[in-house]
Amino acid sequence: MFLQTLVTGLGIGSIYALMAMGYCLVFSILNFSNFAHGAMIMIGAYVGYLFCSIIGIPFFLSIIITAVITGILSVINERLAYRSLRERNAPSLYLIITAMGISIMLENLVYSTIGSNFYAYPRVFSKNYLEIFSSTIGLIDIYSFFVSIICIILLHLFLNNSKIGMAIRAGVADPIATSLMGANFNVLIRNVFFLSGIFAGISGVFMGLRYMVYPQMGWITNKAYIAAVIGGLGSLPGAIIGGFILGIIETIVSVYISSVVRDVFSFSMLILILLLKPLGLFGIKYEEKM
Amino acid sequence: MEYISTIFIVASINVVAVIGMTIFTGFTGLFSFGHAAFIAIGAYGAAILTYFYHFPFILALIFGSLLAGLISLLVGYPTIKGNLGSDYLAVALLGFGEAVRVILENLKITQGARGLPGIRICCTVPVVIIAIIISVLIARNLIYSKYGRRMVEVREDAVAAEMLGVPLFKTKYFSFFISAIFCGLSGGLFAHYYGFIQPAMFTLEQSTQILTSVVCGGIGSITGPIVATYIFVFIPEVFRFAKLWRLVFYGAALVLTMIFRPSGLMGYKEIGFHSLVAKIKRVE
Repeated sequence: MFLQTLVTGLGIGSIYALMAMGYCLVFSILNFSNFAHGAMIMIGAYVGYLFCSIIGIPFFLSIIITAVITGILSVINERLAYRSLRERNAPSLYLIITAMGISIMLENLVYSTIGSNFYAYPRVFSKNYLEIFSSTIGLIDIYSFFVSIICIILLHLFLNNSKIGMAIRAGVADPIATSLMGANFNVLIRNVFFLSGIFAGISGVFMGLRYMVYPQMGWITNKAYIAAVIGGLGSLPGAIIGGFILGIIETIVSVYISSVVRDVFSFSMLILILLLKPLGLFGIKYEEKM
Repeated sequence: MEYISTIFIVASINVVAVIGMTIFTGFTGLFSFGHAAFIAIGAYGAAILTYFYHFPFILALIFGSLLAGLISLLVGYPTIKGNLGSDYLAVALLGFGEAVRVILENLKITQGARGLPGIRICCTVPVVIIAIIISVLIARNLIYSKYGRRMVEVREDAVAAEMLGVPLFKTKYFSFFISAIFCGLSGGLFAHYYGFIQPAMFTLEQSTQILTSVVCGGIGSITGPIVATYIFVFIPEVFRFAKLWRLVFYGAALVLTMIFRPSGLMGYKEIGFHSLVAKIKRVE
């Protein structure tokens, strides 16, 4: 029973970690909460459903295609909505409201074109459960765990070993100095949004697979924001650890206490952590623009 | 006529909450995605008193807003005391909003997700007009008082304000408390207008709506957000034929406002007697 709970927690936590990472990447460089990330995840789930179920491409290929599509959408989103604000050096509140506006727009765009129906992904795996040590373990938990671990490793390699990755890290540390050194800041931001969109797409497909696909599914991203805050905003390891902690604790609470108090519990945990460590577990102090 | 008065009342109920949010976001420079929770607390607090205990309406309203204020003191202490960054605060309060909804769905006295039907309907046009007048007067006097000036100082530059001796925590905490009281009042009016409340009515979307009214109306203005609230309620009614698409336009309008008119409708200005007189003189 405990093994089963732990694996489910890891599975959910890995999706939270993926979502939180996409959100955190943008936060780390622009210092604003991209609340449009939830809408990107929702679109990722729909696109994944389109490829996986309607067109009938193999599951893992459709994850990759979805990731590229949401990545491009995320770049377009940045270009149309955020760039002019960014160039004007607007306070982060304006960027947040813009992000909220985009999220409302995309959600209702899906609502009014595709409709409010719930769609379920087709059976992706030949078997849904594995029997290990007399406990049933969901295959989807294992898959989402390994996919997110692979994503985390790839991101780590990319940020540490490529030229663009180095520019991104430099941009996080000091945007002005980085652009003075000859890095094109707009290109850099575009890359960050592309990466963030990729993570949104992958986590969207797994969210859709685990639950269902529907216009309001972006609200689950609230959990990712909470995970990112627990880990410390702007810190990628923080986002990953925060996601896993949140996923495991939520599962343990809903199995051993009650699924009703789950959200209340995770919120109280958030408050408690912020009370002890106001910047989250791995937070970095940043300048406020208001 | 009844149609127009309905829209007017709905908008005015929002206005009361927006005035509270103006103090918190507009004048103190903090923002929250959880103020729908205070509206919910005010609504349930007031509705339970009139529904189960047959309190008079006005008394229930006052108790409801005080209850929202009390809860805000409990939540605000850990979240504001930690001197959190604005994004941390926003996410913490977002979590709070969701948690309150879950709690309301599972309490016995709130009758869970079924909600409270058949609340006495007492909220009429004169009531909301009086509520708005009182709210505007309180907010205006607060903004021009020493506490209000402290809030503006905190918004403009927290470090400089602290060096001048402005108590950061107390100022933010007080502003949070006041905004919660206004939201509670709005919730009480809400419950006694619709006659039915359920936890699903108080979502993140409502918090966002209040916040966007404040930002689009102009940070640092009381009248701007009020005008923006009426616009945001009336315009979707005009576009009712567009059905679901109007919310798409709403989101797009929000983005366009931020891009093309970032200081909001009014910016830092107010519509008032003096500014009107000045405008007429300039025209002459």
